[in-house]
Amino acid sequence: MIQTIDLYKSFGDLQVLKGINEHVAPREVISIIGPSGGGKSTFLRCLNMLETPDSGQIIFEGVDITNEKVDIDLHRQKMGMVFQHFNVFPHLSVLENVTLAPTVVKKISKIEANEQAMELLNRVGLADKANESATSLSGGQKQRLAIVRALAMEPDVMLFDEPTSALDPEMVGEVLDVIKGLVKDGMTSVIVTHEMGFAKEVSDRVVFMDGGIVAEEGTPDEIFNNPQNPRTKDFLSKVLY
Amino acid sequence: MFSLATILENIKTLIENYWQVFIFEGVKYTLILSAIAVFFGSIFGVVIALGRMSNWKPLRFLNKKKAKKGIVHAISEFNPISFLCSAYTEILRDTPLLLQLYLFVIILPTIIKVADFSMFTWTSIALALNSAAYVSELIRSGIQAVDKGQTEAARSLGMNKIQTMIRVVLPQAVKNILPAIGSEFVTIIKETSMASTFFIGDLMTSYLKVKGATYLALEALIIVAIIYFILTFFLSKVILAYERRLNSK
Ligand SMILES: Nc1ncnc2c1ncn2[C@@H]1O[C@H](COP(=O)(O)OP(=O)(O)OP(=O)(O)O)[C@@H](O)[C@H]1O
Ligand SMILES: [Mg+2]
Repeated sequence: MIQTIDLYKSFGDLQVLKGINEHVAPREVISIIGPSGGGKSTFLRCLNMLETPDSGQIIFEGVDITNEKVDIDLHRQKMGMVFQHFNVFPHLSVLENVTLAPTVVKKISKIEANEQAMELLNRVGLADKANESATSLSGGQKQRLAIVRALAMEPDVMLFDEPTSALDPEMVGEVLDVIKGLVKDGMTSVIVTHEMGFAKEVSDRVVFMDGGIVAEEGTPDEIFNNPQNPRTKDFLSKVLY
Repeated sequence: MFSLATILENIKTLIENYWQVFIFEGVKYTLILSAIAVFFGSIFGVVIALGRMSNWKPLRFLNKKKAKKGIVHAISEFNPISFLCSAYTEILRDTPLLLQLYLFVIILPTIIKVADFSMFTWTSIALALNSAAYVSELIRSGIQAVDKGQTEAARSLGMNKIQTMIRVVLPQAVKNILPAIGSEFVTIIKETSMASTFFIGDLMTSYLKVKGATYLALEALIIVAIIYFILTFFLSKVILAYERRLNSK
């Protein structure tokens, strides 16, 4: 579904991605773990071209989206993204947050968009907040809203960049539960996370990134119970105590 | 000679005899000039701000090797629209308004002959163009103050640049921009006083007229000062109240 070929990216003199070759299969759930500054976010943001790679290709559903002639907006509709800091639209109500993109981009009618949005909001327990301002929500509610906002575009794949890192501990569970539900329904997902227990539970494959390369990857069992690379071992020993 | 009682007495007489000059000429033209300057300045300011933030790089094709440094990179990144708009803003902000007024009211009319353009019109144009330079900066910084995550969220949903700007960024930027434009209006009210150089009819011109007729310079100046103060003081208060209301929403 998504394939990256030899992805390189630097910011000024700092080389952040040093040749990433990855492949995301349909319905696959991939967790990306690794130390801070290792390039996880940059890699994820390259997947929907929020960052433009210096070289390499990203093949999404058969199209090389790094090609400048490609209409990237069209492909982004098929890739939902959830950010660490939620980025809900503060000037809109909860419902409008969800309906904005479908009405503006897909041009579906307001009535239809509202109906679909209410259904989605209901699924994450936010239906009763539909008409409140998005700013009035708690962190966990904002992140659930952000997820639903992305789902309203009916994406083929979801990209999560540390979806729970900015949350108070008591709110982490409610957001992870929503993601687990999605994954169970077969949503293809790439999840950058520091929640090792969660990564272990939901992933088909765990990717360990360090220093701009994929240092090791494998099944959760291989990575967490039997890591081969000393850097993986070192990282895990720090985060798992 | 200078007794407070005499001054107060003179002020009273001036107000009684000349209040129409102060109100129906001075205040009227000062407010009209300011309103014209800020209104057209804002419209033109939006254009300049968008021009500065535009992303048009017609020479990008020169950088085939995607160099990230060096002369080729610099040339390929050149944006003529943005350059012109920045130049405009910088030049108008870095030269005195009085100089610009001379250019537009004294010099340009001798070069560009528009029959029904009065001195008042030329003054309005100069003030509006000057105001546009300042307003464009207010708009630009208002837009840039909106969290970058907002743009990223909108773009990641498939919205294009224009949709993102109109539906996500501008509605949030307006909260930063409107109060700032209000303050610009207050500043302009004071700056219109320079129009009196050409005897346009603004508040400062009223002072010149009344002084000329009565030789009561100090008294006339005090009256004008009080009027300016009232205008700007209350306008500032109104803006502040409006800003509070915006933020409480
Ligand atoms: N826009 C940018 N401009 C300059 N440097 C950047 C930019 N974005 C990221 N970097 C740098 O690139 C490196 C990799 O950043 P990245 O965010 O991809 O790491 P990460 O693995 O997601 O780390 P974290 O776990 O802290 O989120 C960091 O050193 C970061 O400072
Ligand atoms: Mg990150």
